[in-house]
Amino acid sequence: MQMIRCPWCGPREEVEFHYGGQAHVPYPAEPAALSDEEWAHYVFFRDNTRGAFAERWSHSAGCRRWFNALRDTVSYRFLAVYRPGDPRPVLDQTPTAGASS
Amino acid sequence: MTTVDAFSTDPADAVPHTPAPDRLNGSSPRTPGAELPEHPEFLWSNPDPQKAYDVVVIGGGGHGLATAHYLAKNHGITNVAVLEKGWLAGGNTARNTTLIRSNYLWDESAAIYEHSLKLWEGLEDDLGYPILFSQRGVLNLAHTLQDVRDSVRRVEANVLNGVDAEWLEPDEVRKVCPIVNTSTDIRYPVLGATYQPRAGIAKHDYVAWGFARRVDEAGIDIIQDCEVTGFVRDGNRVTGVRTTRGDIACGKVALAAAGSTSVLTDMLGLRVPIQSHPLQALVSELLEPVHPTIVMSNAVHVYVSQAHKGELVMGAGVDAYNGYGQRGAFHIIERQMAAAVELFPVFARAHLLRTWGGIVDTTPDASPIVGRTPYDNVFLNCGWGTGGFKATPGVGWVFADTIANDEPHPYAAPFSLDRFVTGRLVDEHGAAAVAH
Ligand SMILES: Cc1cc2nc3c(=O)[nH]c(=O)nc-3n(C[C@H](O)[C@H](O)[C@H](O)COP(=O)(O)OP(=O)(O)OC[C@H]3O[C@@H](n4cnc5c(N)ncnc54)[C@H](O)[C@@H]3O)c2cc1C
Ligand SMILES: [Zn+2]
Repeated sequence: MQMIRCPWCGPREEVEFHYGGQAHVPYPAEPAALSDEEWAHYVFFRDNTRGAFAERWSHSAGCRRWFNALRDTVSYRFLAVYRPGDPRPVLDQTPTAGASS
Repeated sequence: MTTVDAFSTDPADAVPHTPAPDRLNGSSPRTPGAELPEHPEFLWSNPDPQKAYDVVVIGGGGHGLATAHYLAKNHGITNVAVLEKGWLAGGNTARNTTLIRSNYLWDESAAIYEHSLKLWEGLEDDLGYPILFSQRGVLNLAHTLQDVRDSVRRVEANVLNGVDAEWLEPDEVRKVCPIVNTSTDIRYPVLGATYQPRAGIAKHDYVAWGFARRVDEAGIDIIQDCEVTGFVRDGNRVTGVRTTRGDIACGKVALAAAGSTSVLTDMLGLRVPIQSHPLQALVSELLEPVHPTIVMSNAVHVYVSQAHKGELVMGAGVDAYNGYGQRGAFHIIERQMAAAVELFPVFARAHLLRTWGGIVDTTPDASPIVGRTPYDNVFLNCGWGTGGFKATPGVGWVFADTIANDEPHPYAAPFSLDRFVTGRLVDEHGAAAVAH
């Protein structure tokens, strides 16, 4: 089983974690000002990146804290984990993104 | 130019067949049994792309092929190419568990899936090719009082929509499928089931090959090993596609790329509410016929049928995270097996033979997206997620109609992209039992 490194607890088995989808999606600053289209995009539309994807994870069967990860959606390998509030890390090398499978 | 071995899924076979001289005529002694039978007749040709087509269909899975078939058959549109980045029908078409049913809750879903089921019933004749469509019925088990209420409601809705559906009590469930554990002392006792007798399974490869043969006969080009890597745009129109085999001009573009849809729509600057997930399935070793129907369970999350050859075919839900890797995690398989043994104690000694995964394109309301896009000549078919095999002929029909007439077929209209803005969702989450 894949080990995921919780930024607080260290490496734990994947089954201890809960997936939270795309990271860095801010709640609208002025909700009442949004058009229907903008609401739709906030509620229903998320990036669906093939390659390095910034996403939220919760260590639900451990410390129960949320964190962010950069993960390659083709190899499923975690490229980086980081705490909420931290910026998306910059990677030196591009992972398998774009590789055909 | 070249031909492809229709009975191979290996892209390497898409080269001309020149016998290897060493093996066939060389001096070395021949391996016993090495004499191969005559090569079977080719079901489709493997042409090089032309410079331009009236319609370019992206994706050579079941949906793309069925769309091309009905473009030719119903609309006489044959200057068409089906572009496939890998080998024909090697995506979800080859990886799905082939459950076919139409017992969905909402009117919009019942209409399009029932349309599809009716087409399945005549598809072997239409294609002139065996597809092993076996209408052995599907049981959707209810394990809680709420399950029972939802199920009875769905049966009533189905009947009103002309879909065959019955509610069965546990003793009737036992009659339809004697090996289901209907004892009362299990964690999730079977309180009854919905039953759709016309549901069934089919042989996925044969379905794709049958469509491909007809499409080829109609003069449509099926071009494998041809990945679309970009679009040539002119304002609100797409005038061509860039591919790994060169640029191809087109009058209209139809997307049928299932799990890879977002990669293409990103190139178009078009946002779609799709998340791609791995979905896995598995088969057991070959067994004597023990399982006469299809059984699905939401609470004990697994569904099982027995293939013609004898394997038990099982599946369940998606892997939780987004993924494009055509494989998933093994703990998902373990859970499916645990669920299967809970429902069918007789399976406890069956061996797992093989597992695999596909990439499914899920939407927020578990319903597909079929129709037009903000581009004048780009048409979208995606979002069938874990349940689009059953829709293959049905969506091919309505998508072809939508492309030919530049307006959504009535069965496609409720599944427009803009329902996520208007809020008119077709929420089949849970409503339709497990979503395969
Ligand atoms: C494990 C599993 C079990 C399932 N079980 C069922 C079931 O029991 N019943 C059911 O109804 N449905 C089921 N499904 C869902 C069903 O398989 C899909 O909804 C359906 O097959 C999708 O349509 P398609 O056949 O055209 O997709 P695919 O066969 O995936 O075709 C899409 C094609 O597009 C090609 N493509 C992608 N990008 C490009 C590009 N850039 N250029 C060129 N070509 C491209 C791909 O290579 C692929 O061949 C299951 C799916 C999986 C993975
Ligand atoms: Zn932790």
